[in-house]
Amino acid sequence: MSRLIVASIGPASSVQDGGRLGAQRYGLTVSGAMDRLALSAANTLVGNEPFAAAVEIGPFGATFTARDGAVRIAISGAPRNADVAGKPVAMDSSVTLKDGETLTLGFARGGAFSYLAIEGAIKGEEVFGSLAVNARAGLGSPYPRPLQAGDEFAVDAASGAPELRIELPKPVSGPIRVVLGPQDDEFDDANKALFLESEWKISATSDRMGYRLEGPAIKHLHGHNIVSDGTVNGSIQVPGNGAPIALMMDRGTSGGYPKIATVITADVGRLAQTSAGTAFRFKAVGIAEAQDEARKFQQLIRTLPDRLRASDTVELNIEALSDANVAGYAVSAMDAGTWQVTAEP
Amino acid sequence: MAATLPPPRLLPSGDSAVTVEFSRTIDDAANERVLALDKALLAAPIEGISETIPTYRSLLVHYDPGKIGFDALGEKLLALASQPLPPTTTARRWRIPVAYGGEHGIDLEDVAKALNTTPDDIVARHAGGDYRVAMIGFTPGWSYLSGLDKSLHMSRRESPRLFTPAGTISIGGIQAGIQCLAAPSGWQLLGRTPVRTYHLHRNPTFLTEPGDRVTFFAIDHKTFEELNRAAEAGEIVAEQVDA
Repeated sequence: MSRLIVASIGPASSVQDGGRLGAQRYGLTVSGAMDRLALSAANTLVGNEPFAAAVEIGPFGATFTARDGAVRIAISGAPRNADVAGKPVAMDSSVTLKDGETLTLGFARGGAFSYLAIEGAIKGEEVFGSLAVNARAGLGSPYPRPLQAGDEFAVDAASGAPELRIELPKPVSGPIRVVLGPQDDEFDDANKALFLESEWKISATSDRMGYRLEGPAIKHLHGHNIVSDGTVNGSIQVPGNGAPIALMMDRGTSGGYPKIATVITADVGRLAQTSAGTAFRFKAVGIAEAQDEARKFQQLIRTLPDRLRASDTVELNIEALSDANVAGYAVSAMDAGTWQVTAEP
Repeated sequence: MAATLPPPRLLPSGDSAVTVEFSRTIDDAANERVLALDKALLAAPIEGISETIPTYRSLLVHYDPGKIGFDALGEKLLALASQPLPPTTTARRWRIPVAYGGEHGIDLEDVAKALNTTPDDIVARHAGGDYRVAMIGFTPGWSYLSGLDKSLHMSRRESPRLFTPAGTISIGGIQAGIQCLAAPSGWQLLGRTPVRTYHLHRNPTFLTEPGDRVTFFAIDHKTFEELNRAAEAGEIVAEQVDA
């Protein structure tokens, strides 16, 4: 066994996986990764199951050090500068830390959450099939709380497998798609239109439980107290003050505010990665289109292994660019992804 | 119960869940239909359903759109929901000990004042009630009860408290509750129970199920401490009797 030491880490960083399913009927929060595609990509790079437990890293920087042997890791999600012993590491690629080497991750440049997957996955004691941290309920393993400097993971020794990168589809831009309901009839047409046609920003007070939306106040038809009913990831509820809240992975399993719309599965991760203060819009789609997108999203995650490539081509391209003195000054040269012109596989 | 039941409304909750709504208000008859549909789905699962969450008035059905679409699932759910309710089976009843008032129930005196009576009278009316677990939600083990004495119906606090302790026994509007973990709450706090409705290192992890009957009985604060230690160690400390 090797160890991976958390040498330094910012707030809002914790162990997350596919979430804790099957006990929502008892009020057990699901939790799990805010960006499931990024979690899956990082895991796929090191040969893990897509929803295996990995480190979800919040917007601030972090450093990790290998001890007692080499550790193979991969990073995906919100782009940031990364290096191992001064040598740049590309996002969406794997790298092996030799015993004693440190991976340094900078601040997220756009987005919020990056994922550090470890070959062989993070090990711990599962509760309802999950290691995901839910700090409020004291759940999660090996640490039932956000990570702190000094925490460590017992991990598999690096296999020595060749390093890989993964070619993800070009990020979708445009509005966050929603299906109206389940309580859109608690709002009149003017307020539904106001919700769909306004520009929104995510408040800085948002967290893994919910993203507060800043924009016009949405008014209810019959007041804001409905009888509590079930919630899902991406439920957009409108409390009394009219400021919508998109419920995220640490949501309560039930809630008593009318839910005007629900973010489609394929776009929940995109919403999660929308930085506080960035303007965006919603767009209503029909249930059939939303389900088509959900199936495509499932298919994308299932076929991530087909998108793996040998990682040396990336390094060659960086060197080529550097030699041509094109990228010599560019900070984003660290992020090889931005220099790749990739065809859709 | 009439042979033809009005069909529930199917409300999409995004692309991977549907809310089967039997009523817009709190209503025991609707809750019984929710629990009957939930039971029917547990007994004969529909391929593609991953999880169901019964609430006061609706059943939230999580499903995999890769296995079944909204229309096909909706048809099956409506067919199941239109079937006559099964005969009511004997529910279990939990007798839950509560230390009322003082530091454990900081709103008891105010509730008594607001309702023009004594704290002892409030305790008698609350403990004497015959409750049903209508749903569990919000945080693990938080059991929402129907059956609160009408004379105890009163509004929630104007400003919710950011912290209320584990085991809080409270009332809010027409509802009563057993809260397991510390959580924010706008309800009126009458007391605390040593009973854990959720205990990770106990079998069963969750004590209450929707449909269970509940009554309360008063204990003194010293008994609370004793039972609280036993409950922490994994004992159930609630009494189970046949309803």
